[in-house]
Amino acid sequence: MIYLIFAYFCLSMIGITVMALTRKNPVHAVMWLLLLFLHVAVVYLFLNAEFLAMVQVIVYAGAILVMFLFTIFFLGAKELTKEKRYTQVWEGRLLIGLAMTATGIVTFSVASPSYRGKYTIEYIEKVGNVKSVGEMLFNEYSLAFLMLGVILLVPMVAVGLIARRPR
Amino acid sequence: MIPVEYYLALSGLIFGMGLISLLINRNLIIVFISLEVMLAGVNLALVSLAHYMNDIRGQLIAIFSIAVAAGSVAVGLSLLVANFQLKKTLDSEEFSELREELRND
Repeated sequence: MIYLIFAYFCLSMIGITVMALTRKNPVHAVMWLLLLFLHVAVVYLFLNAEFLAMVQVIVYAGAILVMFLFTIFFLGAKELTKEKRYTQVWEGRLLIGLAMTATGIVTFSVASPSYRGKYTIEYIEKVGNVKSVGEMLFNEYSLAFLMLGVILLVPMVAVGLIARRPR
Repeated sequence: MIPVEYYLALSGLIFGMGLISLLINRNLIIVFISLEVMLAGVNLALVSLAHYMNDIRGQLIAIFSIAVAAGSVAVGLSLLVANFQLKKTLDSEEFSELREELRND
């Protein structure tokens, strides 16, 4: 049964990705991307990452896609569809992309992780996913968390500076 | 329990489709959308390895990468809007001020 559900998610994610990347209208592409992100969130639930599934839905579907839609509306969706879709030398690029994809899939699919940490399924069931993520985040990675705040502050200033119209 | 290789092959496939679309498309909005698809594939690989290695650090790296992706997309989209006001186009081949002139010798 779980294999059946997983097979559905695999096939539909591949189909949704193809649909999202081949649409001519950018608004339709963003809508298919939203569907892809919701499927990714459900696959995170398969992998016992409840907090990350929520973050995926809130940040990606709630913030980033709204930003995409605002940009498209701001530029005017009609003008975006007139241009040509592929570069002039796209056959060579397609070959390079296919070769890199094949290499990545082969490399990934023969990887067999031998390391075992202490966060087993039983431990996470006992403590809770959010609590174990938070303990690790604020104890071991507190400096990285502070730096993440700076990393999010700098784009905010940069966006304000870029978006100002030059006189 | 589903083998980890299935998840990794799925994430590699999604990453590869995004990569091909990133390389061959000209419309900058589609390029950004394929960048997001690539990031989704990478995060899927991180979380599946975190699950199968019984270690939660992979999920933390995925959270960090989501946050950095949000910042980078904000900067990229604002640059796109600024470029559109300058040139009235989104064709990535029109933005070629820094390209060296081709010589015929």
